[in-house]
Amino acid sequence: MSKMVTIYIDEQAYQAEEGKSVLQIALENKIDIPHLCYHEDLPIEANCRLCLVENEGKTTTSCTLKASEGMKINTQNEELVKIRHENLSLLLASHQKNCPKCQQNLPCPTFALMQKYGVTSEEYDRKMLDLAIHKMGSAAEFDPNLCVKCGRCVNVCADIGINFLKIEGSGSDAHLAYNENPKVDCIYCGQCTAHCPVNAIREQSHLEQVEAVLADQDKIVIAQMAPSVRASIGEEFGLEPGLNLEKKMFTALRQLGFDKIFDVNMGADITTMVESQELAKRLKKKFAKEETVLPMFTSCCPGWVKFLEFYYPEMISHLTTARSPHVHSGAAYKTWWVEKIGIDPSKIVVVSIMPCTSKKYEAEMEKLKFEFKGLRLKPVDYVLTTRETAALLKKNQIDLSKLTDSEADREGEYSGAAAIYGASGGVMESALRSTALMLTGQELPKIDLEEVRGMKGIKRAIIKIGDHEVKVAVVATARNARNILEEIKRGEANYDYIEFMACPGGCIGGGGQPLTSTHAIIKKRIAGLYDIDQNKTLRRAHENPVVQEFFKYLATKPSLAQEILYTNYSAKKKFE
Amino acid sequence: MPENDLLAKIEKARLVGRGGASFPVHLKWQRIKSLENPKKYVVCNASEGEPSVKKDWHILDNFTAEVFKGMVLTMSFLETKEAYLNINKDYYRKLKAKIDSLVAICQKKGYLINIFEEEPSYIGGETGALLNAIEGKKTEPRASSPSPSIAGIFGNPTLVHNVETFYDVARVAAGTFKPTRFSTLLGVKNSGVYEVANTQKVAEILRETNNYPDFAFFVQVGGGASGEVMTAEQAKERELIGCGSIEVFSLKTKPQEFLSKLFSFYAKESCGKCTPCRDGSWQLKKIITELEQNSVIPWNKISPIIQAMDKSSFCDLGRSIVLPFRSYAKNILGIEV
Repeated sequence: MSKMVTIYIDEQAYQAEEGKSVLQIALENKIDIPHLCYHEDLPIEANCRLCLVENEGKTTTSCTLKASEGMKINTQNEELVKIRHENLSLLLASHQKNCPKCQQNLPCPTFALMQKYGVTSEEYDRKMLDLAIHKMGSAAEFDPNLCVKCGRCVNVCADIGINFLKIEGSGSDAHLAYNENPKVDCIYCGQCTAHCPVNAIREQSHLEQVEAVLADQDKIVIAQMAPSVRASIGEEFGLEPGLNLEKKMFTALRQLGFDKIFDVNMGADITTMVESQELAKRLKKKFAKEETVLPMFTSCCPGWVKFLEFYYPEMISHLTTARSPHVHSGAAYKTWWVEKIGIDPSKIVVVSIMPCTSKKYEAEMEKLKFEFKGLRLKPVDYVLTTRETAALLKKNQIDLSKLTDSEADREGEYSGAAAIYGASGGVMESALRSTALMLTGQELPKIDLEEVRGMKGIKRAIIKIGDHEVKVAVVATARNARNILEEIKRGEANYDYIEFMACPGGCIGGGGQPLTSTHAIIKKRIAGLYDIDQNKTLRRAHENPVVQEFFKYLATKPSLAQEILYTNYSAKKKFE
Repeated sequence: MPENDLLAKIEKARLVGRGGASFPVHLKWQRIKSLENPKKYVVCNASEGEPSVKKDWHILDNFTAEVFKGMVLTMSFLETKEAYLNINKDYYRKLKAKIDSLVAICQKKGYLINIFEEEPSYIGGETGALLNAIEGKKTEPRASSPSPSIAGIFGNPTLVHNVETFYDVARVAAGTFKPTRFSTLLGVKNSGVYEVANTQKVAEILRETNNYPDFAFFVQVGGGASGEVMTAEQAKERELIGCGSIEVFSLKTKPQEFLSKLFSFYAKESCGKCTPCRDGSWQLKKIITELEQNSVIPWNKISPIIQAMDKSSFCDLGRSIVLPFRSYAKNILGIEV
């Protein structure tokens, strides 16, 4: 622990760690200093020049100013207010007329900032560069003409381990661009979008399409929410990170006009079953000294899968052939549930609410379509990120914090093992809870696998299943994935099963999550997910009666089962 | 010559840096010498970026051997064997034969002098930006702390001097030092680079070089863009400060013309890193170029941008605009902005 010092901000004394930035201290104490380029998890760029304070008569940026004993900071003098206003006006020149969110009257973080500091974005005309909006697959996009060159996206992309983004050009021609190296491609994780303060780099919106189907009386619109969303969406409404808001979300989704409220968590239980069977099969072969491909890799994160298919195509046979949770449940609702209720499958629209942008890319994959009752169907029609969902709620004046609780419809039932899918290590833990039973006929003696939990980028553990030791690793971010894959290629490691996620902390730190995301906040969200698991009566995927019913339905339909439960992989080219 | 002898002579000659801050050379040397890092670098900066300023060129062209001698003396004092010459690439193209043979001679003596060809620009001569460029990073300034003397190239102590300082060091060592400096004279009959006494007044320099205008004029001193603007009267009392340049303007120069030149320089040279310099300089240029001829200068639109650049730019480039702007308005137009 560093030495504590007293610093004075606007004549009020604060205790702080020596050397910590004055901006960070101010933020922790809820003192308002505007800032765009600063993010507590990223390197300090100090380029937006908004977080100005006065120290010893000099104007300086508080993000670069380190606390020392007795320091006296003024955040409010007239000159500071004026210069900040000027810099904000320069930065946001023409923002509103170029911003799709502002144009649709959707809540935009920049608009909130403008209102707070009395900037209209019409003080100056922006220099418009002759640059088109660049689309990253069907997941995300960036508009160089909305960008403020803060560098957060560039830095987080480097942090993830991809380096797809860069700022190019000098002076007023400086602009966001992508890496043209044919060996570097975006993996659609969307971390850039969760770190852009001005909506310049963002998810490809499905809001209009979702609003249209909600208004269409002929459609039966199903909402299914991913595990992580319930523990983070509250932040958009000023609530504590990690607070489980699923029951309020179910109410909110009904108010928005969704006809059925199911759950991606149910899909996660399906995925666990499919994936555990495959793992059990591969392990049995190994134990019998037969040929098999190990370690098996998880495949529920499309960002990770794209990473492997692009950077390490020679290793795709390691991926489990199980589809991902929302694809599993989407297809389950469009087949089994439709048949059970007796409705026309062409009327069903499945909307996934995800903490993720790569799920938008996944939802569009041709290979995931399936034949059913003479129709060729997409398992999931639209994907809304947590941010888009919050925007839709706000647009409809629905304040989550003020809603009463309600339950999901019956087919949304899930186990605690599904709830933890959102956290790095959760897929591994869920799968092992079921694999153990499949391998040994007995449940694991200890259900909580603490050793695979937490924010660490690489976690390694040996899990005892019956007489066997299963060597596992849990990996988050492409940077760490590369390290483990190289370890495997060098033949240094003999893992049996590895969980990979593109984002820090897993889906809970996903690219579709609120802009409030920081490592510290992600930790709180994770705690929320493990609480849900703790409090569930059903804690294993194979105990979920809805999933059992679904598999019973599929038992007599092997070709449909093959189509909607499994997938395959192929090497990917840049921009594919 | 014993090292401490040279240091004492440098102190006695009162050599100061040519970057504008006039930091005493011997203090910089002592500071870096006292550090125990195994690796240290010397950097010679010859990338002048102010418009039409040519004194780095003049020194390199006329005193190439002296500059290299100064660099070797400096390396020897710091007990390091590696240096960089940050040179405007157009200059290098013209002086390649001369420079390459000196590099080869130094190498035989065990001193490695790397040539870093700089894209001609103002920012390419800014200390932090040139260190970033040498490291292969984007040419944009660094945070002011830690200083390059403590953590420069790849985190190693780095002594950065202007090319003129290395020439001075060589002159001190050879016992030929005179308290003079080089200055570019622009907008005059016989424009060019002149060697002038450190203490000479601006008007006197113009007179002695047979360049005193026969028309009503004002001057910009210490940088073709960032220098201070003063009247002919003020020029009688003022010594040459900052970067070695004096530019003469006719008093008939229209404010729009003068400001257009000033703002265009900043818009062109901004590296694009920070808001006030990147966006502010572009807006300033836009305001002044879109202005109809002979209409009133919109000071109320210009001033807030200048203030933001002055008080909140990341590096000295953006901050330096306030001096020429305010001194021009005050000394020549008689208005406080």
